[in-house]
Amino acid sequence: MSLRSPIGRVLGLGSAGDGVGHWWTLRVTSVALVLLGLWFVFALVRMPDTSYETVTAWIAMPVNAVLLSLLIGTMLYHSMLGVQEVIEDYVAGHGAKIATKILLQFIHFLLGALGIFSVLRIAFGSAA
Amino acid sequence: MSNPKYERPLSPFMMYRWQYTNTLSILHRVTGCALSVGTLLFVYWLVAAASGAEAYADAQAVFAHPLIKVLLVGFSFAFFYHLLNGVRHLAWDTGHGFEKKKARTSGWIAFLGAVALTALLWFVLVRRGEV
Repeated sequence: MSLRSPIGRVLGLGSAGDGVGHWWTLRVTSVALVLLGLWFVFALVRMPDTSYETVTAWIAMPVNAVLLSLLIGTMLYHSMLGVQEVIEDYVAGHGAKIATKILLQFIHFLLGALGIFSVLRIAFGSAA
Repeated sequence: MSNPKYERPLSPFMMYRWQYTNTLSILHRVTGCALSVGTLLFVYWLVAAASGAEAYADAQAVFAHPLIKVLLVGFSFAFFYHLLNGVRHLAWDTGHGFEKKKARTSGWIAFLGAVALTALLWFVLVRRGEV
């Protein structure tokens, strides 16, 4: 028989043992997104137009390419964690819950990879 | 309810009368989900730009569709609301702003601020001849 109290055995664990990591990462990415999100909106407003030439020339600049890649990655990671929370709350049934979560994880990683690859392709000048 | 088996925490909507802060709270989740869907359009825009001038012209035609324009206005509101209300949540996480009056004022600031920023953004875009 363990001498530890029942509460002592579960404190800090969360239901799946990794609740704190999920919660904390959501907060850290949200702080990053306040900065990156506002940067992007300001950049969009300051662009003279959104023609092909203007947009690709803007993305190709090193600082823009890096910040935009960070924005895409952080945004989709934050989105994935947030959507996971919603699935955990509203999708009934263990199997359906896990299947939905995996499907949405795949979609998020696919979108992130597509976005970052596109930015890099423009930045490295290999776009058509 | 005296049976200890049923003495479990209840969801707030089962216990409290409606207050506008309830709506602000669920709106955070709704705008978050909307923004998740919005990433599809954002990534489409980037992929189009990386695929060449022709693909970008196609994307511009898609974004010029009235229905997509309405969606974009909605996404921009969702962005500003989720951002402002997110800052409100971060303040709560540090233990600040829980007092009823403060929580209500910050709620109004988040909502009206989002409306104002959305209007400002589209004012700039329309004036530039973008829309």
